[in-house]
Amino acid sequence: MHKQSRWRSFFFWIAASFITLFPIYWMFLISAKSRVEMYGKPTFLIRSFFSENYIKTLTDPSFQQYMLNSIIVSTANALLVTTLALCATYALSRFKLVGKENIFFWTITNRMAPPAVFLLPLFLLFTQAFTIGEWKLYDTRIGLILLYCVFNLPFAIWTLRSVIDGIPKELDEAAMIDGANTWQVMTRVIIPLARPGLAVTAILTWVFAWNEYLFAATLTSVKARTITTGLAEFVTVTGTNWGQMAATATLTLLPALLFLGLVQRHIVAGLTFGAVKE
Amino acid sequence: MRSQSIGWLLLAPTLIILVIFGLVPFFYVLVVGFTEWNAFAANPGAHFYGVENYRHLVFDEQLLYSLWITLRFAFFAVLSEIILGYFLAQLMMKDFPLKGFFRTIHTLPLMVAPIAVGATWRLLTVPGLGPVPYYLDRWFGIDYRLGSFADQAFWTTVLMDVWHWTPLVTLTLLAALSSLPKEPFEQAQIDGANRFQIFRHVTLPMLKPAILATVFIRMMDALRTVDEVWMLTGGGPAAATRYIGLYIWRVVFPKTDYGYGSAMSLLALYLTIVMCWLLYVALVARRDLPKGD
Repeated sequence: MHKQSRWRSFFFWIAASFITLFPIYWMFLISAKSRVEMYGKPTFLIRSFFSENYIKTLTDPSFQQYMLNSIIVSTANALLVTTLALCATYALSRFKLVGKENIFFWTITNRMAPPAVFLLPLFLLFTQAFTIGEWKLYDTRIGLILLYCVFNLPFAIWTLRSVIDGIPKELDEAAMIDGANTWQVMTRVIIPLARPGLAVTAILTWVFAWNEYLFAATLTSVKARTITTGLAEFVTVTGTNWGQMAATATLTLLPALLFLGLVQRHIVAGLTFGAVKE
Repeated sequence: MRSQSIGWLLLAPTLIILVIFGLVPFFYVLVVGFTEWNAFAANPGAHFYGVENYRHLVFDEQLLYSLWITLRFAFFAVLSEIILGYFLAQLMMKDFPLKGFFRTIHTLPLMVAPIAVGATWRLLTVPGLGPVPYYLDRWFGIDYRLGSFADQAFWTTVLMDVWHWTPLVTLTLLAALSSLPKEPFEQAQIDGANRFQIFRHVTLPMLKPAILATVFIRMMDALRTVDEVWMLTGGGPAAATRYIGLYIWRVVFPKTDYGYGSAMSLLALYLTIVMCWLLYVALVARRDLPKGD
């Protein structure tokens, strides 16, 4: 009886996984089909891998530029956010600061706000206020790197707070008594112990920065465009090249697939502002 | 002991960045909302305009329509996700082979870029290319064209959101379910309660905080959906899926009517807050009702 219900669940989840994976599988399938194979009766197996979609995409100079921008922006943002969040959570966890619970709460409100609301003011600020002579923050990678902190920092602070709180205070107090300064406590005690938490935070902030579209589409025009905006450009152009769009989408998706196993246990806690602990 | 100034110094960079990129735009939009400012007008530059922009908003039919469909979208999407997510979480509680593997697969949609989600769904639904229109026509004789039928476009965006976000609900409720104590369930079984009674009187009350939090988070996200829908339908046909974020981004913003756009942005922000607050009050108020015990 019990054995039977085990297998029933098992087959149910196979079906559920099929639904979850099918849209992604289909995208991959289209990316591997030639123009002729794509249309008409759908086929669900790959007969021959048509690599031209990928080759065309990967050798396109503007796509290479987008890819490079995305990699630079996500990596710089992840490093910046993780570093700042580590300092911030350490301060919030170990120092008696006036109003720190309010500060903590305020940081999350930054993540809750709908991004579309801030597009217009940010656009105006980036093109008109945040300028030095001829130089504007608009259409620069540094602009995106700094801006992505708005949604990634709150996330990182949420994720890291429980990590830092979980490190016994006695450890860094002992180091302080031995004459270590704050810098030494951070590098010798906190960072080694918080390493797994830091890695998860860095990876997830990296993925979120990589996935972001709305700000990148609005606050860049040529030089700093990212891969998500490149993907969206396929729809606005008439006569979409579906094969190449599918190939671009597959490439956009790769980081998510690569990091999935590493961070899947933490993504939910992060996305729910710590409302859910596992 | 430790000096406070070091603490503030460590916190300072975070606060500075969040103020510049989070708070300054907010106050900026507040100010611009009271001005008439159109970059392409005969008299470009900002002029004080009082509350004219806001008076405009109330009579803007396109905006009201956009708000209405956004609420409709969020309602149906979140409701289906909660129901479906609950059942999936219950099924995940059971013991079966390769559980961790299925869990991982189920987390995948959460990590996919929203814009790529839109792209995958577009590839599924493009006439002549996607299997959805092909088989709907073949098996049911349904003419499925996202570009022509408003209802189909609307429900497809709901379905896409359900595909994308049900895993989040499943995993939050799974976490909540697995942390529940066992005794109340055993006690209820001993007392001879049937499945529905156990669900209604034991599971649901204990799960309420988790469900509340999940509804909240999902509602907030659903109200600000832009990327996926833009990629899938472009807001069309006509304005059928032009949700509020899309409306601000694609209609108001490119018109360079900055004063009016700011007023609308503020309204959208305000409504999001009010919506969540109402939802919270409505859901929490019921918990405060006197109980039998």
